[in-house]
Amino acid sequence: MGLPMKIRATNKDGVTEIKVLMNHVMETGLRKDASGQLVPALFITEVTAKLNDKVVMQAQWGQAVARNPYLAFKVKGGKSGDKVSISWKDSSGDTRTDEATVS
Amino acid sequence: MNPGHQATRRGFLRLTGLLGLATSALALAPRLALAAWNKSAFETKGLADVYKTLGVVSPVASGDVQINASDIAENGAVVPVEAISKIPNTTQISFLIEKNPTTLTAQFDLGPDMLPEISTRVKMAETSNVIALVKADGKFYTASKEIKVTLGGCGG
Repeated sequence: MGLPMKIRATNKDGVTEIKVLMNHVMETGLRKDASGQLVPALFITEVTAKLNDKVVMQAQWGQAVARNPYLAFKVKGGKSGDKVSISWKDSSGDTRTDEATVS
Repeated sequence: MNPGHQATRRGFLRLTGLLGLATSALALAPRLALAAWNKSAFETKGLADVYKTLGVVSPVASGDVQINASDIAENGAVVPVEAISKIPNTTQISFLIEKNPTTLTAQFDLGPDMLPEISTRVKMAETSNVIALVKADGKFYTASKEIKVTLGGCGG
């Protein structure tokens, strides 16, 4: 299921700015733990952003997106009360979707 | 009507329903028909090889692409980067970190309503050029910036 994201969406002058803070370890598979063992790779590979159920952006990510990924982007249109939905899928197949309302 | 026939009919209806859903999903996002995760591109090291894997032909360094980041990253584990494209019809923005163990970091496919501006945070193993790669009308444009890393973000 993954851990919840924080999403903030604000509309200003006809543009909706969406900021997302995801909650994910983003392990590269190259890091060693305290005992010298490699920590297996586990990272978000796909992200989808929707505004009012319409896909506005899709992303593919690699290992080098930072832990607890931050993402900010802008979409034309949208208004107060509109629904923003962000989904991710990670390399283990786990998924998570969270929603927010445009303010 | 025998039960077997009923079951087949139901199965048929379910199948056509699914097809209908799949078709409408495609119709909603014609520019965003994203393929499965591009494993080979994300596991490739080095700019030239990543470009080859992505089918990027002769990318042009352009002043209309900006990459914004600080010159020095004290902690390579969290490096804020922003890419902005002023090129019309920008449909894709990617971040590449030349000297990371895997060069391609993130690739964003932008729908028609998106402004061509993306901010995120990346990990850097060492001082490297960070490249914003922009696709517009099938052509590729880049902007590059060297970010010095004092403490690497990928090692143990």
